[in-house]
Amino acid sequence: MTRTLPKITFWRAIFAAILLSGLYATYLRVFYGLGGSTNLSDRFPWGLWIAFDVMCGVGLAAGGFTLVAIVHIFAIERYKPVLRPAILTAFLGYLLVVVGLLYDLGHPERLWHPLVMWNPHSVMFEVAWCVTLYTTVLFLEFLPVVFEKFGWHKPMDWIHRISVPLMILGVLLSTLHQSSLGSLFLIVPEKLYPFWYSPILPLLFYVSSIAVGLAMTIFESWHSSRAFGRALELPLLASLARVLAVVLSFYLWIRFLDLTHRNAWVLLRQNRLETWLFVLEIGLTLVPTLLLYQASIRVSPGKLYACAVMVVFGFIANRLNVGTAGLEAGSGVHYIPKWSEVAVTLMIVASGFAIFRLIAGYFPIFEPQAAEAAHEELEQKEEVSVPVG
Amino acid sequence: MPRAILYDSTLCIGCKACEGACAERWGLPYDDKIAAEERISAHKLTCIETHGDRFSRRLCMNCLQPACASVCPVGALQKTTLGPVVYDAEKCMGCRYCMQACPFQVPTYEWSSRLPRMRKCDMCYARQSQGKLTACAEACPTGATKNGDRDELIAEARQRIAEKPGQYYGRIYGLKEVGGTSVLYLSAVPFEQIGLRTGVPQEPLPETTWRVLELLPDVVSTGSVLLGGIWWITNRRDEVARKEGPARPAKQKESQSK
Repeated sequence: MTRTLPKITFWRAIFAAILLSGLYATYLRVFYGLGGSTNLSDRFPWGLWIAFDVMCGVGLAAGGFTLVAIVHIFAIERYKPVLRPAILTAFLGYLLVVVGLLYDLGHPERLWHPLVMWNPHSVMFEVAWCVTLYTTVLFLEFLPVVFEKFGWHKPMDWIHRISVPLMILGVLLSTLHQSSLGSLFLIVPEKLYPFWYSPILPLLFYVSSIAVGLAMTIFESWHSSRAFGRALELPLLASLARVLAVVLSFYLWIRFLDLTHRNAWVLLRQNRLETWLFVLEIGLTLVPTLLLYQASIRVSPGKLYACAVMVVFGFIANRLNVGTAGLEAGSGVHYIPKWSEVAVTLMIVASGFAIFRLIAGYFPIFEPQAAEAAHEELEQKEEVSVPVG
Repeated sequence: MPRAILYDSTLCIGCKACEGACAERWGLPYDDKIAAEERISAHKLTCIETHGDRFSRRLCMNCLQPACASVCPVGALQKTTLGPVVYDAEKCMGCRYCMQACPFQVPTYEWSSRLPRMRKCDMCYARQSQGKLTACAEACPTGATKNGDRDELIAEARQRIAEKPGQYYGRIYGLKEVGGTSVLYLSAVPFEQIGLRTGVPQEPLPETTWRVLELLPDVVSTGSVLLGGIWWITNRRDEVARKEGPARPAKQKESQSK
C-alpha cells in the first residue's frame, strides 16, 4: 500500500493540473465564445473538438458494439469477461462525446434540435439520431450491472427480455454512425487531401472503428489489471489480438486498393506535411498489424499492450488527418489548436479514465471468476496455437 | 422563375457601392476600415477583391443544389424556389457543418459572440420576394452587378460574350459549377485569375453524401435480418446443446434415424 502511494499522488497531481487548466479553458469558452477559446476561423470551422473529442471519441468507444456482437450475436461466450468493460467504455465514451459537443457547438443549449427539426438529407442529422439512440441503448446494456450490484431481480428479468433486439439495434446503430462519421467528409471532395478523400470513407471509418474497439479492449484490460491488481486475461486477449490482426489487415488492404484505384500513391513523392502525416498514420497501423501475427508478441502483456497503443494512435492519427490536417491545404489555412482546445480535450480524456476507475471499483465490471475460468480454458488453446502462429 | 445575380468583372470599377448597400441592408457597420477588408466575414457579407488591375466580387453563390442546406442537421438553411438560400438563426445549433461543406467558403461565423450566428448573403430574399432588386444590384452604378431572372441573365451573358468576344474569357462561371449557382460571373481572364475556385466539381455536392445516405433503409433492414438470423442460429445451437446435452444422447440418435 505504502509503495503505491507516491505513484497515485503523482497521477493525482497530473489529473488536478489537467482539470484546472480544463476548467480555465471552460471559463474562456463560456465567456469569450469559440473565438476566445479556439483557433477556429471562417475558413477552418472544425478543429480538435470535432476531430478528436467527437470523431475519435465515438471510434474509441466502438469496442462496445463489437464485443456485444461477438459475445451475444455470434455467441462466442469466451470473450464475456471483457464485454462489460467494453460496454462501460462505450457508455462513458458516448457521454463524453456529448460533453465535447457541448463545447464545440455554437449553441450547446440547442443540442436537441436535430431530434425535432429534421433534415434526412444531412449526414449530421443521421449521426445525431444514431448517437442519441445508441447512448440510450448503451445505458440499457449497462443497467444489468447496476441491478446486479443491488440485487434487483425484477428489473433484471425485464431487461433480459428485451436484450436481444436491444443488442441487434445497438450493432445496427453503431454500424450506421461509425460509418457516417466518414460520410460527413464526402461533401468536401475539393478540400480533403486525396490521401484521405475517398468514396469509400464510410467503409474505412467503419472497419477502422472495429479495429480500434478491439485495441481499446486490450488497452483497458491491461490498465485495469494494473489498477485493480487482478490477473490479466492474457490468453483471451491474445486470441482477441488475432481477430485484431485480421481486421487491421482487411482495413489496410481496402485502404491499399482504394489508394491504388484513385492513383493517390504518386503523391507520396511530394515532400509536404500531408505525406509525412500519411506515412505516420499508415506506419502506426501497419507495424502493429505485422507484429500481432507473431505469437510471441501476442502472449507478452507488455508487447501486446504496446501494439494496442500503436493501433489506438494510428486510429487517432487517421481521424485527426481527416478532420483537420487533411483539410488545411484545401481550405488554405494552417490550423494548430489553441492551448485551451487541448486543455478541454485532455480534461475530457482524464475524466473518462477517472470515472471508469470509479465505476469499475464500485460496480461488478470485471468478473474475477469468469475471467479465471476463461483464463484456464484458453491457456490450453493458446498453448496449442502458439507453434502454429 | 428563379432569380439570380450576374456579376460582370469587366464592368466593375471597384467603387464598393455594393458593399455599402449590403451593410446597410443588414444593419452592419461600414466605414473605411471595413471597406479595406478584402474578405467576407460575419460583419461583411460581400466584398470587392482586387486582382491586379481587375476586380472581383465575393458573395454567397446561392447554389441551385446547395451543400450547406443539404448538410444542415436541423434544416436551418433552405433553398427557396425564388433562388436565395435562406437561414433561420433560431434553428441553428452552431455545428458549422455548412461552413465545412461550402465549396466556396462563404458561410462565416460570429466567433466572438456568446450567442453566435452563421452569417452569409441571402441574395436579399426579403427584398426580392417583394419584387425589389437586391441591394447590391440597385446600388451598382455601372451595371456590373445585375439582378434578374436566371435564364434571362444567362442569355444576356452569352450575348455579351458573343458581341465582344475579344473582351471576355468565353465562359460563364456558375453555369455548371457544383451543378449551377445563382450567382454568375463574367470575366476578361480565366476565372482563377480573379480568385474564383475553378477546381470545384461539376456535380451537385449533396449527391456525394446522398449516395450513401439513401442506402440507410437497406443497411438497416438487411442488417436486422442478418444479425437476427445469426443470433437465431447460434442460440438455437446453444439451446439444443443445453436440452440434448450429455444427459439425453438417446433422443438425438432417435431423431436422426427418422
